Amino acid sequence: MTLPVSRFQEALEAGEFVVTGEIGPPKGTNVEPVIHEAETYLKGNVVAVNVTDIQTAVMRTGSMVGCKLLLDRGIEPVFQMVTRDRNRLALQSDLLSAHILGIRNVLALTGDHVAMGDHPQAKPVYDVDSVGLLQAITGLEAGTDMGADMKGNPNELDGVPTFFKGCCVTPCTEVVEPQIIKLEKKVEAGAQFVQTQAVYDPATFETFMKNIDHVKIPVLVGIVVLKSAGMAKYMNRGVPGVQVPDAIIQRMADAPKEDRKKVSAEIAGELVREMKPMCQGAHLMTLGWDDVVPDILEHAEIKP
Amino acid sequence: MIVAERKPFDEILEMLAPQKRVLVLACGGCVTVCLTGGEKQADELASQLRLAARQKGMDLTIESDSITRQCDREFIENLKADPGQYDAVLSMACGVGVGFMSELYPETPFLPTLNTTFYGANTAPGAWAEYCRGCGDCVLAWTGGICPVARCSKSLINGTCGGTNDGKCEVDQEMDCAWLLIYKRLKELGRLDEYRKIRPPRDHRTDRGRGVRRLVHEEMVELEEEESQA
Repeated sequence: MTLPVSRFQEALEAGEFVVTGEIGPPKGTNVEPVIHEAETYLKGNVVAVNVTDIQTAVMRTGSMVGCKLLLDRGIEPVFQMVTRDRNRLALQSDLLSAHILGIRNVLALTGDHVAMGDHPQAKPVYDVDSVGLLQAITGLEAGTDMGADMKGNPNELDGVPTFFKGCCVTPCTEVVEPQIIKLEKKVEAGAQFVQTQAVYDPATFETFMKNIDHVKIPVLVGIVVLKSAGMAKYMNRGVPGVQVPDAIIQRMADAPKEDRKKVSAEIAGELVREMKPMCQGAHLMTLGWDDVVPDILEHAEIKP
Repeated sequence: MIVAERKPFDEILEMLAPQKRVLVLACGGCVTVCLTGGEKQADELASQLRLAARQKGMDLTIESDSITRQCDREFIENLKADPGQYDAVLSMACGVGVGFMSELYPETPFLPTLNTTFYGANTAPGAWAEYCRGCGDCVLAWTGGICPVARCSKSLINGTCGGTNDGKCEVDQEMDCAWLLIYKRLKELGRLDEYRKIRPPRDHRTDRGRGVRRLVHEEMVELEEEESQA
């Protein structure tokens, strides 16, 4: 057994129920507000904080710098990497750079298509997919990159990085077997933890967890904080693999505007509490409402 | 086959503007089949241009001709008109035809009237869809005959992403998720193991990664040389 490379890995290996948070860097250089929110509401409450990578293909400040700013403030980051915007040269180079900066947790994702974002004219890259990215990270850890020299031998690195490597899965999609097979491939390629797409239905999640019983890596259930009934309806219509049950939509609709954050935290906290026995952690995606995290943890009956 | 779409009329008129004597040249190949660049469409474009020229008071003479294929030297002699006698030729061929004819007639501008869009098949009356990307490294043997390079919007090679939604792609609710189709097909064929195998990242050298692609049959080149020496 090799030593954990991060506090996040250590906590999961110790069998703790691990909660992670998430921040999205801004469009522009004014990164202070989001970092301040993370320091105020996430630090000490969650084990690690994901920094999104040009989320939903909307151009913004990068994930690596967000991770570095968190590190400087004593918050452990999870470096999200999508394969949409960089080819294998840039991905591997950024992995080495990230390691040099002290970043140890990486989440490998395919990434929303450029058509979903605010630069639909951009060239979608996808030189490698999420499985290929995990293979590349595993390769770097073994001291070689994806290329080869003139004789066909793998290129050797001068200084080798180590990471705690994660992946994503969508548990609540209508046909789940192809998702599970892909998850198996991600684990084979080196994934060591899973953070799932948003789950609002514990029963479906329970079935999913039984179906992946053979996959021996920790799973953090994804919780996306609802901001309104309208947002829930929008997700049901437009966000793949996300289904918010009517009862939850109704609770949000019934909440007076000034109580929405409170009700939203209640819903998220109850979901975590209910699914806690089924998995190894929860990943809270608060979409800028970082101040609800302490409330969610309280409703989930989790001590920071 | 190669599928192409007609360019907007105004764009064609604009590229044509300084010319006085123009030949509209149809192509009898793929673009005739997909109803965009055949004789009928060439005649239609020629009429539209004459009408527009009259309305705008342009000094423009439009004639039309057609050729079996604009991408093949052997059909050139079938041309009734001589492209060299015109200020410009409006080619109704795909980009291959326009480029090849431009090489054969270096003195005459060949202008494209079509946007070449994809390699496709006729899927319903009046409808064509993309089936191949010409990536140079065919994977159809292990994907149930459904191409993930051409038909997955991200060209993924290891299965569905999180963007699959009720069997459709996140990019467009009218577009099938190719990987869900592949999964279902492999399952029907009892070959889901093909899905389970990790596929290494694609080698883009076959897919434009090394620039212009060529095909040379050495034995034919040698035969040709022997014959010319004899």
